[in-house]
Parts: sequence; structure tokens; C-alpha cells
Amino acid sequence: MPEPEISQSHSPVVKKRISDPRSIQILLIGLTYLFFIGFIFLPLGLVFSQAFGKGWSFYLEAIREPYAIEAVKLTLLTVAIVVPVNAVFGVTAAWAITKFNFRGKSTLKSLLDLPFAVSPVIAGLIFVLLVGSRTPFGSWLGEHGIKIIFSTPGIIIATIFVTFPFIARELIPLMEAQGRDEEEAALTLGAKGWQIFGKITLPNIRWGLLYGMILCGARSIGEFGAVSVVSGHIRGQTNTIPLHVEILYSEYNFTASFAVASLLVFLALLTVVIKSGMEKHFQKNSFHL
Amino acid sequence: MGIELQNINKTFGEYKAIDNLSLSIPSGDLIALLGPSGCGKTTLLRIIAGLELADSGKIILENKDTTNLPPREKNVGFVFQHYALFRRLTVFENVAFGLKVLPFRERPPKKEIRDRVEHLLKLVQMDWALNRFPSQLSGGQRQRVALARALAVNPRVLLLDEPFSALDAKVRQELRRWLRKLHDEIHVTSIFVTHDQEEALELADKIVVINKGRIEQQGTPQEVYDHPANAFVYNFLGNVNVFHGRIHNGKVSLGAHHLDAPDDLKNVEEKTSQTFVRPHEIGISRIRSNDNDLEGTIREVRLQGGQIGLNIECEGLDSPIEAEVPRELFVNLQLAKGVQVFVTINRVRVFTGDYEI
Repeated sequence: MPEPEISQSHSPVVKKRISDPRSIQILLIGLTYLFFIGFIFLPLGLVFSQAFGKGWSFYLEAIREPYAIEAVKLTLLTVAIVVPVNAVFGVTAAWAITKFNFRGKSTLKSLLDLPFAVSPVIAGLIFVLLVGSRTPFGSWLGEHGIKIIFSTPGIIIATIFVTFPFIARELIPLMEAQGRDEEEAALTLGAKGWQIFGKITLPNIRWGLLYGMILCGARSIGEFGAVSVVSGHIRGQTNTIPLHVEILYSEYNFTASFAVASLLVFLALLTVVIKSGMEKHFQKNSFHL
Repeated sequence: MGIELQNINKTFGEYKAIDNLSLSIPSGDLIALLGPSGCGKTTLLRIIAGLELADSGKIILENKDTTNLPPREKNVGFVFQHYALFRRLTVFENVAFGLKVLPFRERPPKKEIRDRVEHLLKLVQMDWALNRFPSQLSGGQRQRVALARALAVNPRVLLLDEPFSALDAKVRQELRRWLRKLHDEIHVTSIFVTHDQEEALELADKIVVINKGRIEQQGTPQEVYDHPANAFVYNFLGNVNVFHGRIHNGKVSLGAHHLDAPDDLKNVEEKTSQTFVRPHEIGISRIRSNDNDLEGTIREVRLQGGQIGLNIECEGLDSPIEAEVPRELFVNLQLAKGVQVFVTINRVRVFTGDYEI
């Protein structure tokens, strides 16, 4: 918050008038810290203390175990497919919603939030009901040797569903604010559609797009509910990292469970670091927005 | 002809934006489309540029029928109200854009592009800002870059959509004069849209007054200002006092007063009328100069730069009169709030019918 700081440094009189009493400041700051300690620092610390509870070698063993490695691979594969797919979908949807006028536009815009609103477990069930082996469509697929539920495609589809709003929601307000002027200017200057997209639109939204992709990736890594329903929990085949953590935990293998969970924490921390780095970049370059 | 529009129609849902409008503009002219907001002038400009499709009608630019061409093939230079510069590109890249997106075979060599961009930026006096980004420029500078960008593709016609309305008053004036000078040098057929009558009067070779999707009048600034075709044009082209009354046997009623009707309305027996008087065409004196003078009291004095605006309550009139007098006269006559004056109405325009303002 740069503004109050500026006024403080110039006139101390104003500071007294605009800021709250010292006691309230201390109370609010204290409460904030208390909340952070109780809900973030403490659990994080607990994960690591449990993970390293039986020492380094046990930790390394837990994350080097073949099933753990398969889970990491599957998770990374899921992210590698989901993020690009949702990036294309997000840009398409945001483009359509902000640059064209068509029927049902506002309905689409509000439906975009559905994957956030609906419980992930329901999301998983929807796909089981849609393409499970007992449904007509699912059995037709089965006859043709395509298996979706209880295999990798199901996991990917469920993850796509749960994470698709991230990128579109990041882009729509940005593109709405930017308007159509630049695209129209490019059009009158003779640019073709792909030139306008590549030279004007994409550069204008690139930071928002990256930001949305990071959020989408973070959520894809951690998605549990929807994936749990469609995966079938087959070790070494359809277990993502979160599912693997859960299985280890339910087998009372707490230390191994927390060791693998710490991988998720590392990925989450990495996401936060990249995100805040980008936010700084955003602010530095905000005059270009 | 530079631009020829034939029977253009455009509706948005129920709303008729352009109503069977035809217009011819000679090559090399600078034309103002003048009208209140929502009159369809911007829509018309966007139709010429191809950014909006007309429901029917024909658009001919420099003797080429461009009605069904997509916007990128119309070869029209368009300057937007809010500049619409490409924010991620430098000033140089902005101006070069139209040349760089040309198909490979038509694209000039790099050196030529560079020369042309530099020449254009010199023309708009922005050659010092080659490597700046739009966000580092002021509004007036951005609009000049936008103009250079539009000119880079050698457009058949140049279209400017309220180009100065986002600028502050002083810059607006400056840029206006500068644009007039620039147009005298490059002579590309140009249309600019404005709702500012002063801008239109000062800048244009010809003014086209538009209201409700139709042309009310077209002509040189002099013609349009001195001989407005109807009440709408008269009212739109400047401040005005309106008196509602009747024409009766060659006399126009002005509240309790009567004036001789203008020649063309001498024979009207009985009709409702509106009488228009421009504030600067009202004479103010401290002594009665003839029998037609109205007696009044100054209710309000406003400083308007070189002119002084007076609000005068006159005997026998329902509403006060707005008058403008030069500062010198104001001082010489020792005018002030509450002072008694005599008002001479020098020039009136009378329109019959029920025009509503």
C-alpha cells in the first residue's frame, strides 16, 4: 500500500488522523499472525517433521519407492496435458466472450464458475455416469478398446473439468478492460486474423495467461476428489501423488505418507514463488497494461 | 469523387442508426461529420471503414466499390478516439505495423519501411520518440503517432473518430490547427467525426450535420453557420436563445413584443413559430435606441474569456435572455448585476413548425 506511506512521509499530521489507534493495529496484526501460524506454519512444519520423523534415508526411500515414482510420473503427465488443453480452451472462451456478441453469452459466463461451485466428488461421479463401463457410451467405447474410467484418460478428463475456469477467469476481465480497439486498429491496417492474434492479442494477455496457467497447474497437481472417483486407485497405474498419499496414510504408513506429501508441499511452494515473482513483474510493467 | 455513399441503412435491433443516407465527398477534401451523440456519425464512419456492416447501400472509395470488401482490403486509415496504439509495441513498430503485415511479395524491404516510418514520424513531429512505448507519451503525442500509423499504409481515405475529444482543451486547439496544416500538405480525402461545432467550423472544408441517422444539412462552414437549413442545425451550431410564439399577419410574437417577420414568412397568416437569436447578436445599451428595444435587468454576469455572458430578465418575456458582449463594451457601459439595460435584437431566425429542442 504505497499511498498512505507517501502521505506519512510528507506530513505526520495526516498520519495521526487517517490511521487507526495503535491498539487496534496490534490486535489485527496479531490475529493475522495467529491465523497464519495455526493454519499454515504449524501444519507445514508438521508435514516436514513427520516426513523426516524416521530420518533422511527413510524419507528418500519413501519417495524413491516405485509406486511413488509412478504416482509422480502420472501427476506430471496429467499436468503436462491439462495445462495446455485448458490454456487453449481458456483463450478461446475468453476471446469469444469478450470480443463477440452472441446468444447465451452471459449464461456461458456464469456457467464458467460451475467447476468451482460443484463438489469435485460430484464432478468425478458425472464422468463415471457418463462414460463408465455400465453406460451405453462407455460400453461402446469398451468394445473399441478405449478405457476411460479407472485409467489415465479419466484422470485427465476429470482434472480438465475441475481446472478449466482458472485461465478463462484470469483472461476475461483483462481482455474486457483492454477492449477491441487495438484489434480493430490492426484490422484496418490490413492484418489477417492470425497476425492480429499473434502480434497484438497474445502479447497483450501473455502475463494473465501465464498466471492462469500456473494456478491451473497447481490445482491439477493437487486435485484429489474428482480424480479419486474416476481413478480406481490402482497402484502404479492410476495413482496420482495425492491419491498415493491417501493410500499410504490409510495403511498407517504415516511417515512415508508425509514424505510423499512433502513433495506436494514443495510443488505448492514453488508455485507460490513463481506466482509472486510474476506479480512483481506485473507491477513493474503495469504501465504497459 | 473521393468518397461516395449511396443509400446507406443500418439498424441495431429496433434502433435505426443510419437512415437511407447518401453523401458525396470530392477527393482531397477534409469533411466534418457533426452531430449530437447517438446521431449515427460514428456508426457511419465505422461502416465506411468496414468495422461495421451496413444493412444496405453502397460505399465507393476513390472510384472503387468497397462495399463488400473485408476491412483489411479497404485500405482505409482509421484514427480512434482513444488512440488504440499497440501498447506492447514501440512507436516505430506501431507505425511500421501496417507495412510489416503485408504479404511477403508486397512488403517493402526493411530499409524502405524504416525510411517511410521515419518520414511519417517527422511529418507528425514525433521522430524523437521512435523507441518509446505509447504509455510514455501524452495524449496529444499518442494521437499524432496514431495518425502516422494510419497514414503509413497510403490509405485511400482517412477516417478520424472524434480524434481530439479525449484531449484537454489547450492540446485540442493546437492539434486541430496542426491537423488542418497537415491536411493541406498531404491532401488525402478525410472525414472526421465530432460533436464539437467549433472544431467542425474551424477545421473542415465542408460540414455535414447529422441527426438521427440522417443528413440535416451540408455545406461550407460559412454556409452552414450563416444559413442553417432548419431549427436543428441552427440550434446545434452554437448557443442560442429560443422564443416560442406565433406568426400572425407578418409579425412574429416574442413574448409580449412583436417583430417584423422575415421576408419568406411575410405571407404566413397564422402559425406557431420559434424565433432563434444568437447571444452575440444581441445589442446592449444603457439608453433606448429605438422603439423595438426591450427593457431588462441584468441577473447574472459570467466571465467567458474575451466575452462576458449576461443573463438578462426582460419585460414581457417568459424566460431570461442570454447575451454575450465584448469585455470592452462591458467595462465602458459599466454593466453589473442588477443594472437596467436596453436590449436590441439585431438578427433573428424564425422557423415555423413544432421543432422540439
